[in-house]
Amino acid sequence: MLLDLQDVSKSYPTGEGVLQVLRGVSLALGAGESLALTGESGSGKSTLLHLAGGLDRPDSGAIRFEGKDIAGLGDRDLAAFRRVSVGLVFQQFNLIPSLDVRANLAFQARLGDRYDAAWTGRLTERLGLAGLLDRYPEQLSGGQQQRVAIGRALAGRPRLILADEPTGNLDEATGDAVLDLMLALMAETGAALLMVTHSTRLASRLGRRLHLAAGKLS
Amino acid sequence: MNVRLLLLMLLMMAAPALAQGFAGLGGDAQGFAVPRRGQAPQFPRDHGAHPDYRIEWWYLTANLKGEDGKDYGAQWTLFRSALAPEEKPGWQSPQLWMGHAALTTGTRHYSDERLARGGVGQAGVTLSPFSAAIDDWSMTSRAAPPADELSALAITAAGEGFSYALALDARGPLVRQGEEGYSVKSAQGQASYYYSQPFYAVTGAIAVEGKDIAVTGQAWFDHEWSSQPLSKDQTGWDWFSFHFDAGAKLMGFRLRDAGGGFTSATWINADGTPEPQPPGALEVSPLAWAEVKGHRVPVQWKVSLPAKGIEVTTAPVNEDAWMETQVAYWEGPVRIEGTHPGVGYVEMTGY
Amino acid sequence: MLTQGFVVLLSHWRRHKLQFAMLLLGLALATALWSAVQAINGEARASYARAAAVVGQDRLEQLARPDGTRFPQSGYIALRKAGWLVSPVIEGEKRFGAERLRILGVDPLTLPSEAAQVNVGAADIGLQRFITPPGVFIVSAETAERLKGVETPPLRISDALPPGMVLTDIGIAQGLLDAPGQVSRLLVAAKQPGHARPLAEVTPDLVRRAPPEESDLSRLTGSFHLNLTAFGFLAFAVGLFIVHSAIGLAFEQRRPAIRTLRAVGLPLGVLIMLMVVELLVLSTAAGLIGVALGYGVASLLLPDVAASLRGLYGAEVPGTLSVRPSVWGLGLAIAVAGTLASAASRLWRIASMPLLAPARPRAWSLASERALRLQAAGGLLLLAMAGLTVFLGSGLVAGFASLGAMLLGAALLLPIMLSALLKLGERLSTRVVAQWFWADTRQQLPGLSLALMALLLALAANAGVGTMVQSFRQTFVGWLDQRLPSELYVTTRSLDESRKVHDWLSSRSDAVLPIWNADLRLFGQPVQVFGVADHATYRDHWTMLEAVPDVWDRIARGEGVLANEQLARRQKLKLGDAIPLQAGVSLPLAGVFSDYGNPRGQVMMGVDGLVRLFPDASRLRYAVRIAPDKAPQLAAELRKAFGLPQGNVVDQETVKAFSLRVFERTFAVTAALNVLTLGVAGLAIFASLLTLSGMRLSQLAPAWAMGLTLRRLALLEVLRGAALAVFTMLAAAPVGLGLAWMLLAVINVEAFGWRLPMHLFPFDWLRLLLLAVASAALAALLPALWLTRRSPADLVKVFANER
Repeated sequence: MLLDLQDVSKSYPTGEGVLQVLRGVSLALGAGESLALTGESGSGKSTLLHLAGGLDRPDSGAIRFEGKDIAGLGDRDLAAFRRVSVGLVFQQFNLIPSLDVRANLAFQARLGDRYDAAWTGRLTERLGLAGLLDRYPEQLSGGQQQRVAIGRALAGRPRLILADEPTGNLDEATGDAVLDLMLALMAETGAALLMVTHSTRLASRLGRRLHLAAGKLS
Repeated sequence: MNVRLLLLMLLMMAAPALAQGFAGLGGDAQGFAVPRRGQAPQFPRDHGAHPDYRIEWWYLTANLKGEDGKDYGAQWTLFRSALAPEEKPGWQSPQLWMGHAALTTGTRHYSDERLARGGVGQAGVTLSPFSAAIDDWSMTSRAAPPADELSALAITAAGEGFSYALALDARGPLVRQGEEGYSVKSAQGQASYYYSQPFYAVTGAIAVEGKDIAVTGQAWFDHEWSSQPLSKDQTGWDWFSFHFDAGAKLMGFRLRDAGGGFTSATWINADGTPEPQPPGALEVSPLAWAEVKGHRVPVQWKVSLPAKGIEVTTAPVNEDAWMETQVAYWEGPVRIEGTHPGVGYVEMTGY
Repeated sequence: MLTQGFVVLLSHWRRHKLQFAMLLLGLALATALWSAVQAINGEARASYARAAAVVGQDRLEQLARPDGTRFPQSGYIALRKAGWLVSPVIEGEKRFGAERLRILGVDPLTLPSEAAQVNVGAADIGLQRFITPPGVFIVSAETAERLKGVETPPLRISDALPPGMVLTDIGIAQGLLDAPGQVSRLLVAAKQPGHARPLAEVTPDLVRRAPPEESDLSRLTGSFHLNLTAFGFLAFAVGLFIVHSAIGLAFEQRRPAIRTLRAVGLPLGVLIMLMVVELLVLSTAAGLIGVALGYGVASLLLPDVAASLRGLYGAEVPGTLSVRPSVWGLGLAIAVAGTLASAASRLWRIASMPLLAPARPRAWSLASERALRLQAAGGLLLLAMAGLTVFLGSGLVAGFASLGAMLLGAALLLPIMLSALLKLGERLSTRVVAQWFWADTRQQLPGLSLALMALLLALAANAGVGTMVQSFRQTFVGWLDQRLPSELYVTTRSLDESRKVHDWLSSRSDAVLPIWNADLRLFGQPVQVFGVADHATYRDHWTMLEAVPDVWDRIARGEGVLANEQLARRQKLKLGDAIPLQAGVSLPLAGVFSDYGNPRGQVMMGVDGLVRLFPDASRLRYAVRIAPDKAPQLAAELRKAFGLPQGNVVDQETVKAFSLRVFERTFAVTAALNVLTLGVAGLAIFASLLTLSGMRLSQLAPAWAMGLTLRRLALLEVLRGAALAVFTMLAAAPVGLGLAWMLLAVINVEAFGWRLPMHLFPFDWLRLLLLAVASAALAALLPALWLTRRSPADLVKVFANER
């Protein structure tokens, strides 16, 4: 098992009191597998994703990655974990605006000391970013930015890809193309994919599918 | 420094006593010498200044006729006021000097004023020869000894818009006023030493607004000194000096107070012998009033001295003869009509 | 609808309270410093005017000798007898105890009415008391306070007199000034009768002078006050930078709100008006606080300023501040006007913004290259103008103008220089975090550039002025050693005592050197002329800037005079030029000596010549040569023998210490203003960083998500502050040097007339660098700390759906 969540609960303090987002959720993901998380907005799918990626810690429950418990890790170790093992592809692109495309692509890989020029070059080709390397994120279209984000996420060959509505801001055709690309590259690298989406059409293209409602899986 | 306030101080005493009478002249003598009966002025000694008396003046008024036939009047006065009955050299001198000069024409009255400290040479009176001067105004003797120093004088003064240079020659003797020069001013007995030379014949020239005019006429000189000339309740005086056409002269004044006033007069014969009149013998009453420079002043008078059969009225050459000086008063030439026609000068203070 | 719109606008400040506070504080501080300077200057100028107006001297013509020396009062009498309406005045200085007073003696009877404006409450004095010794002194309340316990004639208070001046009768004054029968000048009444004899006939040695447009005092102290004003402007400019950046940020952050308001139907004109009203309210509030603060600052600084002015120029300025509504009103007006001007461009942009322009919160942080280059071009132009003005212009105003142009030009060039440096850093770094650090800093630059420009100005000013002051001090101390070689300095109290002391000392010491002096008017300014004896002390110790070969022999023989640097410079004197000491007497210039700290001209000649030409020269002071270890003993014996007060016999160290103290106090004010300006700049950086911190989150979250700890990110923030400070200091260094050079070579020379060599003090510069780094790092610390306290929930919110 690559990723193993057991009985994970998470709540957030809000203006109206404490909001229980996840109530005892469990899931498992093996290497190379792809899993779609669906649910209504506010159902906690993004929260689950964040916990899986070590972006936040659960209130209770265990999260194991390659057998190691990451829920109890300190900040530094979590950061190290994210650097090396996780690739993030979020709806907001979140490219680094002060760096050009080339530097953006290499950023996380270099952070984790996993930069491979040849691999990054191939990614660039496959993602069709060859002519855009010197441009800055603000000069790219939505689709181009998302492709850069995917490239950045994959450049370090992480074991786990977490995607949160990666095609949400793209039109249907571009979104489909992007998803195809992602799945193909994942197959090449053997990474596991955990994707949040509210589109059943897209969810059906992944291996498994889980539905979250009111903090519980079904 | 508010000069007006300072001038008031000038006639006040050093001690913080309140001003009394007109221009503070009714204040106590306080250490100054006081005139005594029986000590007649001696000349030429008493032509000069008397520093131990508080106030003193050398006063000249001239009734002039110009070559253009018009009537003019000229005034030349030097006042001395003492802060203390002594003389000290330099700026410490407590003697203060003030000069008034005026020229009256039918259309306009000019006046000017000078102030000076004693002890530094800016003003003063010297004898042998007699010279009374302040700044560039002077009254100097032209007489050759053994004649009395005042028998021939040269007067000059100049102010804004006017100037004059006159030669005076006495056609009669000096006249001691009152009782041999002891002139009583009130029922309480305030008095001054007072003598006059009323017999001057004048020749000379005046300049008005740049025009020179040769003049001739008559002039009257007074020299008076005392330390407390007024009593506390006397507010001012009206003073008359008349040259009658017949040759005689009359000096008279009324000191105004809360009651009916105190009048005194001296009839001077054409040969110079004075006949002092008893207090009250002279009767004066205003005939007409005028508004002059904001002051209500009687400008026409009825003057009568029944003992001498005098009943005359005065009419001013110019009503506007108000002296625009720190201590202000009315002084101007008049024409006299009635039993004894002539010309003269009237001075009115305290209005 | 109006209120709704206003509420929406104001709600921004409720959310960003700190931003609001910074805006208010920045503007308030800038207004405070500017107003404080104006108040101090205003107080001083009013005092000079009062001094000049005493006895109408600024309105009346005067008669005096061309060289300004006193003349006998017989001249006055002669003029009056010739028909002139003039009034005598005598003026001089005299010590009463420890106080030196300026005595003005007048004749109240002849004083012209124009001079009679001073209401001195004469009614309770009494003329007799005024003119009879001891007389009466009319003084201001402050002078009376200073004279407590000192023996003087009776005092009367009048607020029409400036501090340190005494009005009294001319006779009394002549006695006190030891000038019997003498007069300094005559006041000419405005209306003269017109028949007076011509002046040349009566008193040919007197000349008629128009009332001076500017008093001597005003002219002398002009440069000092200009200095203060320049600082006031600098502080205000720095404050306006803060305001400009804060308003800019608020504008960008409010774009969505503005868009919403307009979409909802609020007319554009109304919106603009609301924003203007908001600015008016803010700036008025800040202005009022600033004005009140400024009053406090001015009150604190005024005693030091007054002391400096007295020590330097002998100018008397009251030590307490009077409330001047005009100054404070102007301060408020400038605060409001400055704010509106700063906001003008932003308001214009709002007016021309299309209704549904997409919100671009990062647009403001990504400056266009073009704008940067335009600004840099402007900067270069200003620098060029500064250079031109220095070489072509002359005068103090030109000096300050070119200084201002240089500072502003350098400030405008800063952003592009920083951008270039950061680009270089990015290119040179190999590690990913380092690369990102430089790139990210460059992206932040527009938001920080105004604050950094302010920092540049403050650093350059600190460095430049500090260098100047230190150079001055170093030269001054060395020069003091030269100028004060004697072991003891004695001041006697009368001519008689002076002779006795001289005889007594001659047998007990190695040498008794006279320090005798007189005042004269040379080339239209007041100048002191000193007499020096022929003694090795001078030959050995005095260094001349220029001199003929046998200068000291010539001086001893009475064949030449020396002039101090400021006189020589001002009058462009060359060796050999004739110096007219008196009517008909002039001597050639034999040498020029340096005379730091003295704004007036000074002439030295042989003491015999001095006594001959100026018989009433002051002959009360001596310098005594004796073996240093015997000096204290001699001093004590001298004091005992003649009953001289402690202060009349001083040793070398005391005199030097006193001179240095005056020096220090002069520059205490400068130092205070320097620190305050640096503080305002530091605040500017803090404010900018704080306001940017809101946006930082969205820029840092991705890096965090990809595996950088918050602590590391926070550390980088602090490092960024430090790095920018270092770069700014690097840029400020040449500007500071240029400033120091300009101050020493141009400004000081124009203002005071002496030129100082420039010394460099690398440790001071290092200290300033450390201070800059520390303050910038500190400014960055708080936002960085806040960053570390963020919960992951806040960070991941960035990735959420909202835009």
